[in-house]
Amino acid sequence: MIDLAQERPLLVAEHLSKAYGTRRACRDVSLDIHEGEVLAIVGESGSGKTTLLQLLAGRLMPDAGHIFYEMRDGSRRDLHALSEAERRFLARTDWGYVHQDPAMGLRMGVSAGANIGERLMAVGARHYGRIRATAGDWLQRVEIEAARIEDLPSTYSGGMRQRLQIARNLVTKPRLIFMDEPTGGLDVSVQARLLDLLRGLVAELGLAVIIVTHDLAVARLLSHRMIVMRDGVVVETGLTDQVLDDPQDAYTQLLVASILPA
Amino acid sequence: MTQILALAGVGKSFTMHLQGGLRIPLLEDVSFSVAAGECCVLAAPSGVGKSSILKMIFGSYRCDRGTILVRDRDRVIDVATAPPRQMLALRQRAIGYVSQFLRAVPRVAAIDIVAQPLAAQRDAPAAGRLAAGDLLRRLAIPERLWELPPATFSGGEQQRINIARGFLPDLPLLLLDEPTASLDAVNKAAVIALIAEKKRRGTALVAVVHDDDVRAAIADRVVDITPFSRVAAS
Repeated sequence: MIDLAQERPLLVAEHLSKAYGTRRACRDVSLDIHEGEVLAIVGESGSGKTTLLQLLAGRLMPDAGHIFYEMRDGSRRDLHALSEAERRFLARTDWGYVHQDPAMGLRMGVSAGANIGERLMAVGARHYGRIRATAGDWLQRVEIEAARIEDLPSTYSGGMRQRLQIARNLVTKPRLIFMDEPTGGLDVSVQARLLDLLRGLVAELGLAVIIVTHDLAVARLLSHRMIVMRDGVVVETGLTDQVLDDPQDAYTQLLVASILPA
Repeated sequence: MTQILALAGVGKSFTMHLQGGLRIPLLEDVSFSVAAGECCVLAAPSGVGKSSILKMIFGSYRCDRGTILVRDRDRVIDVATAPPRQMLALRQRAIGYVSQFLRAVPRVAAIDIVAQPLAAQRDAPAAGRLAAGDLLRRLAIPERLWELPPATFSGGEQQRINIARGFLPDLPLLLLDEPTASLDAVNKAAVIALIAEKKRRGTALVAVVHDDDVRAAIADRVVDITPFSRVAAS
């Protein structure tokens, strides 16, 4: 649930722009996100939403604009003024990044337990027994049998791999998670399970989440606020139910009108 | 009596970009207020915008013109201009809403859907479930259904889940959109009793009800929306 006493945003982006050659993927985007808040970025393929996510997560350098982040010690830092080591530490501890394809976020050649343990070791955990116990605990939280801890992720189903990727991200107790179409390639029933799990974890842990999705139902289920992008530009922003129930922009109206009723 | 809600000069129109920018005026100059412990029923034929007024107060529809003032403890917030985060806070602390249809969440048990609004207020989930169970019992939802997701429930059962969810937290303002539309006489009576209890506890209510008996039982005041409607005129 949103901590409304928390007035200072966790992350602030100001006037972000990014072009690939002459094609501008992201134009003058500003946004902020607070602790415990879920922000959805929606739009069709090619709208620039994944580029925006990668800019926010420091995986791409913007051509213009700034990103400020409130560190755990309360200091507000310009993301691009951080050293490479500082930025990598942030990405490994205080942040998570959930890829649409779990294979990109997991190491497929090592066991499930090691996939989770690796993130812990990056923040200094050294005690094998404790790492293993924590890994086992997290497998259960994402509804994977503890008996599968030694198995390689390549022996897991798509839904299990995605849940493992989420466990790997959450084990270091991050404050901010970036998600790129986390339910993208999954069957509908598997999707529902993952969404339910995500909803529960986000509320329980008070996570801030920036989630990119083309699926408006996913945005409605998970997010408090949303941003609608088209051709690299934010065309509409606001409360999720307001944007979906009373869309103002022509493109948002088209998106909402294009949903197939179940 | 403390004024909880006040609409002044509220106007709403829809611009349909997919129909070449067709502008459809809906409401103009809607003005009324509701005090603590009072139930105000909006009356007018279907389609003139009664539900839209509720949605504007809840903030799921935008308000084009005018002000919608809602009391939040010792402050008064204008919903028409409140930024999203303030609106979310207002929904947690001040505005309850029973929509016409339940939006069921896959895999979540009925009792947890009902208890969810309390999760924001209380630390003990068990207490929330206990209170949710009491309400479900009063609304005659059999206990064997409590742990099931309501997606497969009947229309009337889903509506009662929705009512329980809306009535569970004690908030200053409660909006009801046809809460008794798909209920039998016994359950209608249960909802009427719940509304009476809310009024005694000082909740201000705004309701859209078509059923004459229910309206007579709950309304302290009826606000006719027809004069504010621009649908008939266009």
